[in-house]
Amino acid sequence: MTHIALPEPDRSIVARRDEIAADLAALIGADAVISDEDGRRTFETDALTAYRRMPLAVVLPRSTEDVAKVMRYCYDAGIKIVPRGAGTSLCGGALPAEDAIVIGVSKMNRVLEIDFAGRTARVETGITNLAISGAVGEQGYFYAPDPSSQLACTLAGNLAMNSGGAHCLKYGVTTNNVLGLKMVLITGEIVEIGGAHCDSDGLDLMALIVGSEGQFGIVTEATVRIIRAAEGARPMLLGFGSSDDAVRCVSAIIASGIIPVAIEFMDKPAIEVCESFAKAGYPLDVEALLIVEVEGSEEEISDLLGIVTAIATPFNPKNILISDGPVQSAKIWKGRKSAFGAIGRISDYYCMDGTIPLGRLPEVLREISAICTRHGLRVANIFHAGDGNLHPLILYDANDAEQSTRAEIAGAEILTLCVEVGGCLTGEHGVGIEKRDLMRSQFTDTDLALQMRLKSVFDPTWLLNPAKVFPLDAGAPEDRGGQAAA
Amino acid sequence: MKDALKPATDWELASMIAGFAARNQPVEIAGYGTKKRVGRPMQTAATISTQSMRGITLYEPTELVMSARTGTPLAQVEAELAANSQMLAFEPIDLGIAVGAAPGMQSIGGIFAANLSGARRVVAGAARDHLIGAKGVNGRSEIFKSGGRVVKNVTGYDVARGLCGSWGTLAVMTEVTFKVLPWPEAATTLVYAGLPDDIAVELLCTAMGTPYEVSASGHMREALARRLDIAALAGAGGALTMLRIENFSKSVAYRKERIKDALKAYGDPIELEYADTLELWNALRQLKMLSDQSTCLWRVSTSPRNGPAVVAAIERHMQIEAYYDWSGGLVWIEVPASADAGASDVRRAVAVNGGHATLIRAEPQVRASVEVFQPQSPVLERLTRGIKAAFDPPGLLNPGRMYAGI
Repeated sequence: MTHIALPEPDRSIVARRDEIAADLAALIGADAVISDEDGRRTFETDALTAYRRMPLAVVLPRSTEDVAKVMRYCYDAGIKIVPRGAGTSLCGGALPAEDAIVIGVSKMNRVLEIDFAGRTARVETGITNLAISGAVGEQGYFYAPDPSSQLACTLAGNLAMNSGGAHCLKYGVTTNNVLGLKMVLITGEIVEIGGAHCDSDGLDLMALIVGSEGQFGIVTEATVRIIRAAEGARPMLLGFGSSDDAVRCVSAIIASGIIPVAIEFMDKPAIEVCESFAKAGYPLDVEALLIVEVEGSEEEISDLLGIVTAIATPFNPKNILISDGPVQSAKIWKGRKSAFGAIGRISDYYCMDGTIPLGRLPEVLREISAICTRHGLRVANIFHAGDGNLHPLILYDANDAEQSTRAEIAGAEILTLCVEVGGCLTGEHGVGIEKRDLMRSQFTDTDLALQMRLKSVFDPTWLLNPAKVFPLDAGAPEDRGGQAAA
Repeated sequence: MKDALKPATDWELASMIAGFAARNQPVEIAGYGTKKRVGRPMQTAATISTQSMRGITLYEPTELVMSARTGTPLAQVEAELAANSQMLAFEPIDLGIAVGAAPGMQSIGGIFAANLSGARRVVAGAARDHLIGAKGVNGRSEIFKSGGRVVKNVTGYDVARGLCGSWGTLAVMTEVTFKVLPWPEAATTLVYAGLPDDIAVELLCTAMGTPYEVSASGHMREALARRLDIAALAGAGGALTMLRIENFSKSVAYRKERIKDALKAYGDPIELEYADTLELWNALRQLKMLSDQSTCLWRVSTSPRNGPAVVAAIERHMQIEAYYDWSGGLVWIEVPASADAGASDVRRAVAVNGGHATLIRAEPQVRASVEVFQPQSPVLERLTRGIKAAFDPPGLLNPGRMYAGI
């Protein structure tokens, strides 16, 4: 699974490793610089493990000022930078390069200020997603975006990828939950955008920065919205004899005026694996399963779940299970949130992340199945049904090079299909290296060139997170910081 | 707007812009011209209006998504949504009355270009949070798109959202795609009368910190309350502090009581019925009470807990009226007309307390001589110039509307 081209490293920079590491140690202290081979190996990949590259060196700064010193040094010396949070990217967003320095923010993980009256928290971005909610949970608040990797992933990575999660149907994704940023530009300049107030002034730079995959700068601090949690929340399970019935049920729920906090979908292969892992009480005799979660007081919850049950009835649910309390609710979510890990225990898998218009779901599911069958591969489908964000997991054997290639080809066909039906290549994981070469299926050369010029505004010599997001041969030199396309 | 050029297609618009580029003539970008008096005055050779690019091009109620050409009247968008019991959750405000233009005439494109959000913004997000895709023509006469029709989309940079609040300075949007939400089945408003600003904002923040999803929270002083002229509040007397609760009927009934319990210390509120709730918040959407054209009007966004401090700091220097929205974090301030519209005092108050200020209403010569939008640091100004150049290198589109020379 290695057909994505990566540029040849600049050997003259690689040859200067010791000198560069010494310079960095002099700038921010030797204990913040990793240049030995064993140390660097820890950082050679992210969650797209098929691709590995040993970084030139790794720095783990402890302050915004140290990040600024390193970036200024790299800018002056023309050394590329790969920003890194926790390395949980599924698209190779944090894949290092042999001639690039990894700047990891994981040691900058403090909560700086919490304002419950204004409902904001200011944190360093190396904090994990879940730790933000942890810091405000006792007072009844939480940070809303909840990617499945939330125990490990950092806010920095969430900002870079504009991460979503199961509960963003109601509460939005990362970009909707951030009010202020402190960012270090490639020049080492530190800028503050927005703050503890709604809507930043001037052009909406925050909109461009969130989701820019580490190519605009390194965000070291953020002010995020914290939300007062509902009195309670409870999921229910709805099992159906066909995927079509499950999808029609989702449409009917939304048409009724109810916006559940989450509507998650699993197909039969996914249900079986997750149930054997989490013992969540998922029914095994159904083709498709929905997890629907609603919020409110006990009475409101039971009213809403009653309404959902009534809405589901015409679609012949084979199985309806309302969680009987916090223990069962936790199990139900554990099954869903550990789905990738559970499937990883039985097979290597390649996780897709396309989004489609919900109405096209039945035909897309049939076509995904046909694509995988054609390539002789199995697939398990898990996705955020409320917003049409699919996560087909293509199962394959990573030790079989030929099968790995087939998995990649099947993945590309699935993503192209998502675009063809009116959707997009990636809903929440990002482009990284993985979907870079598919960008032309969604964008024209004009669209891509505009985005590349925006990158050049922030990173004029294209040192930040190189060889990602854009096809290597896209754009004229004037769009890509004066550099010729590969 | 009689003399405006009105392209009907993206191609026609692109060729018009190419023509202006060839002649090196800057051009004003507008919808129905309701916000012409907002921003810095411009010198342009002509006006291009989106009025002939209209129509809803996609509406999928079960996917909570709509696309419309940008010249589509907001009223048409909202009528179509209402017919399906849906709405724009960010409740866009109308600047018409505030700037002496006709209310109710906005285009959907203008809403996103100016990122106009109303009271529900504080829980539902701003206009920019609801935009998921845009098509447009930039100053290089190129037709481009960003985003799409699906809510979850991180493919490429978020250019569409980046166009929100750019006031037509980067590109002419021709089609926008946005999220919509169900209209709540029931609503009520709790109104507390006669509270001073600081206590009122404390009440708003306390209410927003309950688990009962207060969907709007505002406060206005007595003089503005009188201008608002809502029959159901005629007997309230004094300043008005308002909380809106929306949900299914049973939930509204339940949550209203819980909120009243939580706020017992602030006295007994007046409870508005559904019809009166609609009347009140519609009047607030139109900023009906900010109508005194003899004054200048500022819009300040700050941390909710600092709203009253901003107002108090300005009030030490002049007689003002204030309307707080967004739990106290958005403050509309009427100040006496003067050569600088009170800019030095307003900007100092904001500098101390955090946030930003925009001069919404003032005579053109005032808007030409003081910064209308929040002044930027040199680094941010450089980035702003760079972004402008990425979209519009010749500087054709709404030049200088936000910042001089950009």
